[in-house]
Amino acid sequence: MCCKDENKQLEARYQAWEEANKVSRLPRVTTSAGIEIKPLYTALDAAGNCAEQVGLPGEYPFTRGVHPLMHRSKVWTMRQYSGYSTAKESNERNKFFFQQGVTGLSVAFDLPTQMGYDSDNPDVEDEVGRVGVAVDTLADMELLFDGLPLDRISTSFTINAITPIILAMYVAVGEKQGVAPEKLTGTVQNDILKEYFARGAYIFPLRPSMKMVGDTFEFCSQKMPKFVPLSVCGYHIRESGADAVQEIAYAFCNAAAYIENAVQRGLDIDSFAPRISFNLAAHMDLFEEVAKFRAARRLWAKLLKERFGAKDPRSWKFLYFAGTGGSTYTAQQPDNNIIRGTLETLAIVLGGCQALTVNTKDEGHAIPTAEAGLTALRTQQIIALESGVANTVDPLGGSWYVESMTGAMEREMVKVMEDIESKGGMIKCIENGYVQRNILKNALQIQRDIETGKKPLIGVNTLTMEEAPPVNLHQWNSEHGREQQMRLQQVKENRDEARVQKALSGLKEAAVSQENIMEATLAAVKAYATVGEMTAVLKEVYGTFREPLDLF
Amino acid sequence: MARQAPVRILIAKPGLDGHDRGAKVVAKALMEAGLEVIYSGLHQSIDQIAHTAVQEDVEVVGLSVLSNAHVSYSAKLLKKLRELGAEDIKVVVGGNVPNSDEAVLKELGVAEVFGSAPLERVITWLNENCGK
Repeated sequence: MCCKDENKQLEARYQAWEEANKVSRLPRVTTSAGIEIKPLYTALDAAGNCAEQVGLPGEYPFTRGVHPLMHRSKVWTMRQYSGYSTAKESNERNKFFFQQGVTGLSVAFDLPTQMGYDSDNPDVEDEVGRVGVAVDTLADMELLFDGLPLDRISTSFTINAITPIILAMYVAVGEKQGVAPEKLTGTVQNDILKEYFARGAYIFPLRPSMKMVGDTFEFCSQKMPKFVPLSVCGYHIRESGADAVQEIAYAFCNAAAYIENAVQRGLDIDSFAPRISFNLAAHMDLFEEVAKFRAARRLWAKLLKERFGAKDPRSWKFLYFAGTGGSTYTAQQPDNNIIRGTLETLAIVLGGCQALTVNTKDEGHAIPTAEAGLTALRTQQIIALESGVANTVDPLGGSWYVESMTGAMEREMVKVMEDIESKGGMIKCIENGYVQRNILKNALQIQRDIETGKKPLIGVNTLTMEEAPPVNLHQWNSEHGREQQMRLQQVKENRDEARVQKALSGLKEAAVSQENIMEATLAAVKAYATVGEMTAVLKEVYGTFREPLDLF
Repeated sequence: MARQAPVRILIAKPGLDGHDRGAKVVAKALMEAGLEVIYSGLHQSIDQIAHTAVQEDVEVVGLSVLSNAHVSYSAKLLKKLRELGAEDIKVVVGGNVPNSDEAVLKELGVAEVFGSAPLERVITWLNENCGK
């Protein structure tokens, strides 16, 4: 740290520099979240960042990383979000990525599965296998992981409303492969709160949904100690229009609600907090994003230690997976998205991630082709193996700009969290649409800034070109939908119907009596009850959610 | 030809797709531009959307689809509106619609395909092409 006299000297020189270069006349520049960016940062800006705040990696408050040696000792888990059509097709795609070096799978389900409908339901026939893989019964899950040893891979499931069902299916597949639940590694997203205001894949009302989240926490705490039961999803909050500060602050408000929910059920915070993880986005302002990840890590440590009273240092560690920002990608000049993805990936790595996925260049048009997925995977592999950024921990730590921005973002995140708390907490602010209105306001502003050219977007509002329609896009094959329906028919014909009905009544009883539904769900899954049958039972007990529409 | 009343539009999200950022941004921008906007909310069936359009007496339905199912949903909505004797209600489509599907949608009877067009283009088109 500079001594006082040196700082005084610097201050005088800096003021002279500002005047000489007419800095006060420069147009104001801000990060995407509206934090002003100075044209130059000096040691003066780092004055508030004492050694205690920045600290060392692996030590509280973890600004520089949750592990002492970070990527120097272990490079991040490389995932590629993948899933389409049937379990058979998706299994082949996953095996391809596995051979190409992914170290973790990331499963995308189709909308009927996420929303608890079977593939043979006529109401959803247009959506089977469109945006992810169709899973109706355990048979599909068995096929999805055929030849992929669950004791050697970690799997991330983007599943929320029906998490207990998917989690139970994974446990059952593990058992069939001879892998006990305590050996399974992976993540279920399970962040139902953000579905109500950012992503829309909700089924049941908030409160029973929160109860189901508690059920999965409890189950994982007792039976799956290596499995991550919650990945709080700032990603979808950001993609629905929030800025970088809101992304973290709203995600932390959600996380706080889950923690309170679990603690109220009698779970010891240190029994589950070490396995809470986050799923975040990186957009295009590189240094804002790096500062965001660092600020989030510091704020989380403080929240867990000071507010929630967690005692195990592992509970204080902010673990994150991040993806490049789909909404920053353009439909126009799609190859440019490879460059955007590279910059955003760099931000995620420099921010100190545990795992990441890169979106594919065809994001603006359709779900990925295998070829686009491979380029996305190669992006993170090139950064990991060739660029040298993994050679030292937190390479931007100590940058006057990055440290100053880290502090500013942390303060803004706290303000947004306090705003929600002063208005009755997250659940109330979702039910009455307050969070939705804030995000919508920002989303509209982003759109206006693009349309007026205030926010340059190459190929959209500047440097546009006449373009031929893109070729080689993923095409939905309605044949696969019919195959899936036939497969479901076969499963239904071959299963023990009495066992299914008994298991479904068991599930209903568990739900009605407010017991943990995981064991009953597992029994139903093993009897080859369908996703639609189990969800229908739960809807009968819990009802369904209607969103507030006075958002405008 | 001075218009008598603002354009009345239903912005609708068919099916299970929860991506409502675009639909809500468009709805809010249209309201601010003086149009009368009804927003359906998520997870609406085509039957629900068609009946809402008729009950609310809108001139146009804006379908927002990001699940790639825009062709089948548009076809079903146009059919349902005809069944209800409401073929005068125009249907326009937004979302991530590949350029190659624009002609397919227009062939079906979709009045305009906006994809991810600027708000100004949507507002201008609606004001010029819808109205009583």
